[in-house]
Amino acid sequence: MAKALLVALWLITAVCLCLFWFHPWWLPALASEQGAPIDRQFKLTFILVGVAFLLAQTALGFLVWKYRTLPSTTSGRQFADNKKAEIFWTVLTSLLFITFAWTGARSWSQSHAAHTTADAKRPVDIEVTGMQFAWYFRYPGRDQVFGRSRPQLQDASSGSAAAIGLDMSDPASHDDFVTTTLVVPINRNVRLTLRAQDVIHSFFVPELRFKQDAVPGIAIPVVFTPDRQGNFEIVCASLCGLGHYRMRAAMKVVSEAEYEDWMAKHASQPAGVHP
Amino acid sequence: MRWGDKPKGTELPEAQLGGGGTNDRFPSGDDGGDDSGRNEDGRLSYRDRLMRCRLGLGLSMISILMLFIALSTAYLMRQHAAVEHGNGSSVILWQKLQLPPLLIFNTILLLISSITLEIARRQLLRRALFAPLSDIPGIRQESSRALPWLAITAVLGIGFLAGQAIAWNILQQEGMFVVGNTSGSFFYMLTGAHAIHLSIGLLALLYALGGEMFSWKLETRCLVLDITSWYWHFMAGLWIYIYALMHFS
Amino acid sequence: MNPVAASAASASRPMNTESTRFLTRYVFSRDHKIVGLQYFFLALAAALVGMFLSLLMRIHIVWPTAKIFGIGNIAPESYLALVTMHATFMVFFVLTLAPQNAFGSYFLPLQIGAPRMAFPKVNMASFWLAFVSFLVMLAAFFVEGGAPISGWTHYAPLSAIPSAGPGEGLGMDLWLVSIAIFCIASCIGAVNFIVTTIKFRAPGMTWMRLPLPCWAWFVTAFLILSAFSVLLAAAAMLFMDRHFGASFFEPSGLMVAGQMVQHQGGSPLLWQHLFWFFGHPEVYIAILPGMGVTSHLLSTFARKPVFGYRAMVYATIAIGVLGFGIWGHHMFTSGMNPHAAFAFSNLTLAIGVPSAVKVFNWLGTLWGGRLRFTTPMLFSIGFVSLFITGGLTGPILAQPALDSYLHDTYFVVAHLHLIMGMAAVFAIFAATYFWFPRMFHRMMSEKSGRIHFWFSFLGAYATFVPMHLLGMAGHPRRYSQLTEVNYLHKLMPLQMFISIAAFVTMAGQFFFLINLFWSIFRGKPSNPNPWEATTLEWEALPQGRDIQRGAYEFGRDDMGRDYLPQAGLLQLKSTIKN
Repeated sequence: MAKALLVALWLITAVCLCLFWFHPWWLPALASEQGAPIDRQFKLTFILVGVAFLLAQTALGFLVWKYRTLPSTTSGRQFADNKKAEIFWTVLTSLLFITFAWTGARSWSQSHAAHTTADAKRPVDIEVTGMQFAWYFRYPGRDQVFGRSRPQLQDASSGSAAAIGLDMSDPASHDDFVTTTLVVPINRNVRLTLRAQDVIHSFFVPELRFKQDAVPGIAIPVVFTPDRQGNFEIVCASLCGLGHYRMRAAMKVVSEAEYEDWMAKHASQPAGVHP
Repeated sequence: MRWGDKPKGTELPEAQLGGGGTNDRFPSGDDGGDDSGRNEDGRLSYRDRLMRCRLGLGLSMISILMLFIALSTAYLMRQHAAVEHGNGSSVILWQKLQLPPLLIFNTILLLISSITLEIARRQLLRRALFAPLSDIPGIRQESSRALPWLAITAVLGIGFLAGQAIAWNILQQEGMFVVGNTSGSFFYMLTGAHAIHLSIGLLALLYALGGEMFSWKLETRCLVLDITSWYWHFMAGLWIYIYALMHFS
Repeated sequence: MNPVAASAASASRPMNTESTRFLTRYVFSRDHKIVGLQYFFLALAAALVGMFLSLLMRIHIVWPTAKIFGIGNIAPESYLALVTMHATFMVFFVLTLAPQNAFGSYFLPLQIGAPRMAFPKVNMASFWLAFVSFLVMLAAFFVEGGAPISGWTHYAPLSAIPSAGPGEGLGMDLWLVSIAIFCIASCIGAVNFIVTTIKFRAPGMTWMRLPLPCWAWFVTAFLILSAFSVLLAAAAMLFMDRHFGASFFEPSGLMVAGQMVQHQGGSPLLWQHLFWFFGHPEVYIAILPGMGVTSHLLSTFARKPVFGYRAMVYATIAIGVLGFGIWGHHMFTSGMNPHAAFAFSNLTLAIGVPSAVKVFNWLGTLWGGRLRFTTPMLFSIGFVSLFITGGLTGPILAQPALDSYLHDTYFVVAHLHLIMGMAAVFAIFAATYFWFPRMFHRMMSEKSGRIHFWFSFLGAYATFVPMHLLGMAGHPRRYSQLTEVNYLHKLMPLQMFISIAAFVTMAGQFFFLINLFWSIFRGKPSNPNPWEATTLEWEALPQGRDIQRGAYEFGRDDMGRDYLPQAGLLQLKSTIKN
């Protein structure tokens, strides 16, 4: 039995380590500047955790095998504590966890401070509204001011700016337009203001390496800088009801030129929901 | 060896191997559990029963206190977030509570009931002190002096609860409901939770009253009344805290 | 002889001389052993319900259109109800009841040398309240709308607005009522445990001579006392929001199902703070008794004292205390203040230190021992391994930068299942196999136990380690169907593997069930101390003697045994060989 345990523990350890080392399924390719420190921190943390895992499970397997009772075994050594050992591994573990705390905090601040050289330009402001079960994205248009919206005006079924309750009596609303696809230009800071209409949702794009809950009653800003063109999926990452699994939207990161074209096209159309 | 005797020859730390066999003892001289003070016939002494019940009550108070701490923290947190910004408009959400003066009257009722309960308890204790004398021929114990005070306490307690119900009514007539009013919701929540817990105390009080009326064993009556009175004083103190919280914040 | 009667009759002190009427003896019993068994079987029933729900879940994830015999096709709202109720039954009715109330009620008085619990009627009442709570929770499946769908965490406003989803009407109300009753049951039970431990220890049973499970039950009781009250407050407030128009948790301006919601002025984050203030100590309530039992069993079957007994006691207390300060790590992405996030993160990492100290001490207990690989020992070793694996993903999730990605993905599901779903459950299995002879005076089959162990141990790893990869790939939790999101399609092979592994693991549990019930009636009769353990439940303290030694003393005594029962007389040094 001891041998079986040893083999099982060491085999499990080896398989787990291989699985995490070769990771056939893993983080998708990065698409934001803010994600780079996160990825570095993942790597560091997994290496440290992996070493601890290897040592602990190997030790367990070894001890279980070494100290199995054999016919020849006399009564074991009866030591029951060792103050030096306790201090040693308490200090060691504390150092390890302090490392996690410190590097983790550092990667968080690096991520939040990351900005492009192009931040002289205004950030691209987009208001994201989550509702059961869709995402809407409102652009402030040429005046770069979001017009007023009121919950009483919300009417998702009419499929226009009414979905987020855009109040057309506010002049700033006239150039706002609402889309169901998030289009952002590459290498520009994008500031999303997250809102929710009914229950808690969560805006998550794995390639950007962050998620942020959209909480009713609060407007939560989050900034990222896409650095890779392509199409990405936005999913909802907070249980919001029946349709939680199909609450998704598309995010397109396009070149600056394409973005300007796209903006111009929408600016010339009346306020409403655009694809 | 009997319960309560000190064991002999137990100061040999080197003979004890690991497993925490150190020689720490409580200063009281009792080893291990505190419940070693048994009577001649092996039954637990009144003191031990009382201490055990008081400890149980104290722990229950911690639990009840945590409930009210949770409510109070939520109350204070919401009060500070009194303005909501959403969709471009601001909504002032927190209407300052106008506590009806009736609550002050209720508070006085409750405080007086604490005093009367304490009188009842001491009366019963006095009776218990003289209980051993009742065996002597020619000495007669007078009927329980605690009973009327207990009854008064119960009446005051019911009066308090009735007063709370009236206070609720007054507030509803003034238009302060749970609906649409955050501070109102907290008021009803805090006072309601207190009233429920006080009702438990009232039940205990009625139980003690029953004990007096039907002359149960004196020891049991003392125990029940002691625990009930601690709980009742706790409820009174809790009410002072709740009232102060709502009044001063 | 009826095994249950036998166990009841074998009280070491003849205090329970009740009438032999069935009701007072076996149903409304004040005998702590009967109450312990009642809790045990209640937890077992809940575990079977919870396991069945997870079976349905895993079938639905990989075969969404499958029709299940007797149930038909599982609709998305049913899946979410399964998720909610699986977690509810497992966390509350299995992981809170079995380690603490079942084994604690039975064995705390025995291990401390007490004739009974401090308040036997309270013990009985707390069981029956828990039983009623269980029935009310089951009823949620059968009412209109079905069971709630907002997850066991029931974030508002989803849980507060009945029109926000099916099952959020009466089903949610029943959930709240059930849990409110459960909170009361737990709190009064905890009072009992604490008073018993403080007041009813046998003479000579000092604090530092207590067996470690007793320490664990003691600290856990304090956690229960403080945490469940907060849950009760939160549940009451949610109930007021739902039925009395209060707005503790809903802000103004909500539009649900095409209707403006008439709440205003509340905060969804308030629910999260209150819930997790309870929720985090709850997971320590689930694991601490298991840690105590593991220490106890590793020592017993290594024939060696627990390594670092004092350190273990301090670590238990540290985990209990620190556990109250780290609830915010469930809320890193909630919109909370980042400074608060870092305070919670640092404290969360800090709690890893006493946990790691415990692991080192378990390894130290094994080192130099003479290991006996009985079934309880196998499960205890399994506990250590699973706790290492599950615990090591804690520091990953404790960092807000990383949790910002991993929150609400399958990575969290992997972490919580390895620690709670497997390690804590392994401790329950170990305790069952270990204490079975004491409860029923028969032995469980070792062979069957070994098969059960291997199925469970390998199955646990096979089922939950791949979930980490799902999480790293960004697979969100609580998705009732995986067909809509494109990037999930390539993860289906992994989900299929997990489901198969789960089916196999669940199948392996039949070895346990059959073994358990068969052995109760037809198991091999055991002698009073089959494991040669030291503590008082195996060798009772004779009338009039004091406790003279610690709980974990091993070494040759003059009768040729390699252990020194805690109930025994103190040996002179010369007769003990090292």
